Amino acid sequence: MPMNFQNTWTIASRQFRGYFNGPVAYIVVCLVLAILGPIFWEPFFLMGHASIRQMFSFLGPLLAFALPAVSMGLIAEERRSGTLELLLAMPVREAEVILGKYLAALGLLAVLLACTIFYPISVAQLGNLDWGPVFTGYIGIFLEGAALLAIGIAASSFTENQLIAFFVSASICFALSFLIGWFLPFMPTGAMTNIAEWLSFEHHLEGMTRGVVDTRDVIYFLSVSTLALMLAFRALESRRWS
Amino acid sequence: MSEVMIEAQGLTKRYGPQRALDSASFNVSRGEIVGFLGPNGAGKSTTMKILTCFIAPTEGTAKVNGCDIWTDPLGVRTAIGYLPESTPLYPDMLVAEYLEFAGQMRGLFGPTLQKRIKRVVDETQLGSVYAKEIRQLSKGFKQRVGLAQALIHEPPILILDEPLSGLDPNQMTDIRDLIREIGKSRTIIFSTHNLAEIQISCTRAICISNGKLVFDATPDELANRKPLRGYTVKLAGATYGKAEQTFANIPGVTQVRSLDDGTIELLVSNGSDVRLAIANAAAAANLTIIELAVLKPNLYEIFRELTTDPSVAEVRASSTVSDDEDDDDDDDDDDEDE
Repeated sequence: MPMNFQNTWTIASRQFRGYFNGPVAYIVVCLVLAILGPIFWEPFFLMGHASIRQMFSFLGPLLAFALPAVSMGLIAEERRSGTLELLLAMPVREAEVILGKYLAALGLLAVLLACTIFYPISVAQLGNLDWGPVFTGYIGIFLEGAALLAIGIAASSFTENQLIAFFVSASICFALSFLIGWFLPFMPTGAMTNIAEWLSFEHHLEGMTRGVVDTRDVIYFLSVSTLALMLAFRALESRRWS
Repeated sequence: MSEVMIEAQGLTKRYGPQRALDSASFNVSRGEIVGFLGPNGAGKSTTMKILTCFIAPTEGTAKVNGCDIWTDPLGVRTAIGYLPESTPLYPDMLVAEYLEFAGQMRGLFGPTLQKRIKRVVDETQLGSVYAKEIRQLSKGFKQRVGLAQALIHEPPILILDEPLSGLDPNQMTDIRDLIREIGKSRTIIFSTHNLAEIQISCTRAICISNGKLVFDATPDELANRKPLRGYTVKLAGATYGKAEQTFANIPGVTQVRSLDDGTIELLVSNGSDVRLAIANAAAAANLTIIELAVLKPNLYEIFRELTTDPSVAEVRASSTVSDDEDDDDDDDDDDEDE
């Protein structure tokens, strides 16, 4: 039977409003902007040219910590409070629940990224900014964020403890978006390095921040997101057999 | 023959080596209000979670409104309104927003949704808190919101898991009246560990203990499982010593004692009907009876007997039956002897 996208949309809009009814959205957006500001502007004036590539490279690791805070409660809190039982007593499929929650988190990611638009606008006032890489960079960072959120929702589906969900997803996200890339220069060339490079979010984001959208990078982020969402779906479904 | 709305066959749920539910089979017909009675951990919540397709049974199957829980879980969920134990709601939402959300999840939109919301708000008397955040509501009002969301799509079947748990006596009366009102047009299953509740609200009682169905009959049959205990007699004038002596000689009376309120209590063996003998004895002894009442069986004792039945205990010993994990709150008093 096909998915009911109306259910998905209803769940997504409830969850999205829920973010703004509580402190989560405000804290995450404010923290990211507060941290991003100084670390972006300080080296910007030393570089001497109008580019926001640095912003995207800082945003990756920042999102690796910020987005698990967005996703940690998506399923875990519903499990803990018992609302999951009520939600799943309605005529809704597990996949619709996961997708609805995911869409809400993507909505918050879009809001967060929209708030950073002041950086390229400011840079454009200071110099001759090429808007092509800015546009593709936003596509790249959104895709990376989408993958991070999918990992987060998968972690949230396995537990009813939000802290556990946060630490598990933050660890995985930080490793993928920063740690692997940081270790790469120190690794000997070979198959292992190639695999590590292929896994690194930083590696896949780099091209897009330069204005090049490589289909392989897009497919990589979409594949990670899909796999993580499938894992979340299985975890949610497995409650029936526990 | 009345239409069967719920048909459970051999439902078994194991959590590892533990059996939370053991081969439970029962039918519920249209229009019945069935009380699921049992102590904490008996398997009531497990049964309800299976019927709502939240968990799957290890063995057995069930049909709800003709839909199989294995092959058509969405059909099952469409046919039921469910209120889980402890009424889990989204505290950050307004009552209005929540009911709208519940309605939309049930496929209701536009004027139909608004009409249904108005109806359930009236039915559950939520008008005064309609624009309030759920987190600000009392337990009683939260329970009403839970019932309202369960009713919004006008389901033929309502499954309510301990809907009266944790409420004060006034709230309990309100919710009980509401359930009875709703039950006039629907099939309702609700769980409780309060036997008195079953007598007041239900047309049928199913007692479950250690995962097994141990009793399935009307509340009156349940209450009559034990013979009446005796009688209380109120006499004109203070003649207690003489009266105790008079009544103690009646065949079938096993014990006579004066109570603090001036009443004399006569306990009888095997539910003997000695009312006529009491009247005759009183007349013979020149005592004037101004009140004679039956001492009904103690509900607490019936509950204890049902839930600690030796035959069940034997089965429990042989099949390692134990409590289920989801039904273990111990904070509600067992007040079956009210």
